[in-house]
Amino acid sequence: MLTLTSLTAGYGPVTALEDVSLTARKGEITAVLGANGAGKTTLLRTVSGLHRARSGAIDFDGTRLESVAAEKMPRLGLAHVPEGRGVITELTVEENLRLGGLGRGGRVSASDLERVNDLFPILGDRNAALASTLSGGERQMLVIGRALMARPTMLLLDEPSLGLAPRIVAQIFGLVRTLVRDEGLSVLLVEQNARSALSVADHGVVLNLGRVVADAPADELAGDDQLRHAYLGF
Amino acid sequence: MQQFFNTALTGLTLGMVYAAFALALVLIWRSTRIVNFAQAPMAMLTTFVALVVIDAGYSYWLGFVAALVSGLVLGAVIERVVIRPVEGKAEINAVILTLGLFIVLHGLAAVIFGNRYRSFPAPFGLEGLTVGGTTIALNGFGVFTIVSVLVVMGLLVALFRYTDVGLRMRASAFNQEVARLLGVKVGAMLTLGWALASVVGSLAGLLIAGGSLVHPSYMDSVVVFGFVAAVLGGLDSPLGAVVGGLILGVSLSFVSGYVGSQLVALAALVILMLVLTLKPGGLFAQAPERRV
Repeated sequence: MLTLTSLTAGYGPVTALEDVSLTARKGEITAVLGANGAGKTTLLRTVSGLHRARSGAIDFDGTRLESVAAEKMPRLGLAHVPEGRGVITELTVEENLRLGGLGRGGRVSASDLERVNDLFPILGDRNAALASTLSGGERQMLVIGRALMARPTMLLLDEPSLGLAPRIVAQIFGLVRTLVRDEGLSVLLVEQNARSALSVADHGVVLNLGRVVADAPADELAGDDQLRHAYLGF
Repeated sequence: MQQFFNTALTGLTLGMVYAAFALALVLIWRSTRIVNFAQAPMAMLTTFVALVVIDAGYSYWLGFVAALVSGLVLGAVIERVVIRPVEGKAEINAVILTLGLFIVLHGLAAVIFGNRYRSFPAPFGLEGLTVGGTTIALNGFGVFTIVSVLVVMGLLVALFRYTDVGLRMRASAFNQEVARLLGVKVGAMLTLGWALASVVGSLAGLLIAGGSLVHPSYMDSVVVFGFVAAVLGGLDSPLGAVVGGLILGVSLSFVSGYVGSQLVALAALVILMLVLTLKPGGLFAQAPERRV
């Protein structure tokens, strides 16, 4: 589905990603884990075209993405879901959702809007409210719902647990799991909260200082005490 | 009583023009955080385009349309050619560029159209209308001024609120990166924003010129009032710009009518100081966002 080969990226003299190779398979949740500064966010930004790779290849279902602009990604079926701060607070909930639907090109269909409102009843009740009035958990639901409006085949989730209470995190991860199971979505999940991420992911990749240090099924990673203590902090 | 009424009417007409000019500033400010100092000479240039068309023997209305269309093109070209290269750098770069543009456009107009006063026609009579036997301080052109600014505002509100393009433009203005991730071509939206702002500015230029004299610097005195109106409204709010323009127009008209016309510029700055002291974000500043 999504394959990175020898990806290297950085900012000026700083190298944030070095020779990173990984694969996110179709219909699976692949978690990218690591501490702050491990290169997780750069990885996501490079895949979605917000940042240019220095070298290496990104292949999404046979399309090379290295030089595709960020604004073209929704049409390819790839949705980068920024963390909850990525809601546009000056717009209403419905406007945020409609904006997501426009990304595919063409008009927003009422059935898409209805579907997302059904998935997230909290949003459905507050369609006309400004997004600035939503709580952190509701904002996270809004950015995910907004991404779904473009009917993507793959979600790139950026730290969906950031700043949220454990109960809300569980709810959101449960929902992502349901989407993968029911709709065949593929997910690349970037998380600092390794314990929660591994509980929901199929596969995990651990980054440290821009390099891949582990790449294994999620339960295997969760069972590796040494790795957990060294890189995952639990 | 009659003087009071007439002073208010004059202020209303004047305020509408300030509102249009402030609206043009706000449209650019809220999408790019740039104060466009070149707004006045841009409007001046397009008004001269109208004058050339009218002087060539065509109707006022053809000149009017020519000015608005050239405003659209001028705004888009300036964004692409002058502003785009400093996109993503500190805003001060672009602001200084607009200051440079102010001087360049002035010089250009003087070279092309001559550094002298030329009279500009009005499409409607400049005789005061008569209501119940008394002549009031509102003429046909004044009515046209009020109506045209209201129509343009209505169109802008409809564009921003009810169309997909408007939604994309607002998204680009509020959060460029997120807008890109959602497939919005932010660059195109910025160009469109400048083009629309320039059209609104052109309208302000035409309305000020109507029945009066134009000169390469005829818009410069409006700049101060337009800025004050925009800041009054909070710079970020199109509605604020309009209300700010009206408040300023009416206040200045009363100062001019009851106190003395030489105090008008001073009064504008006093109003500005008062608002910035009492409500620094402007009258229409939105409540700060809830942090989570």
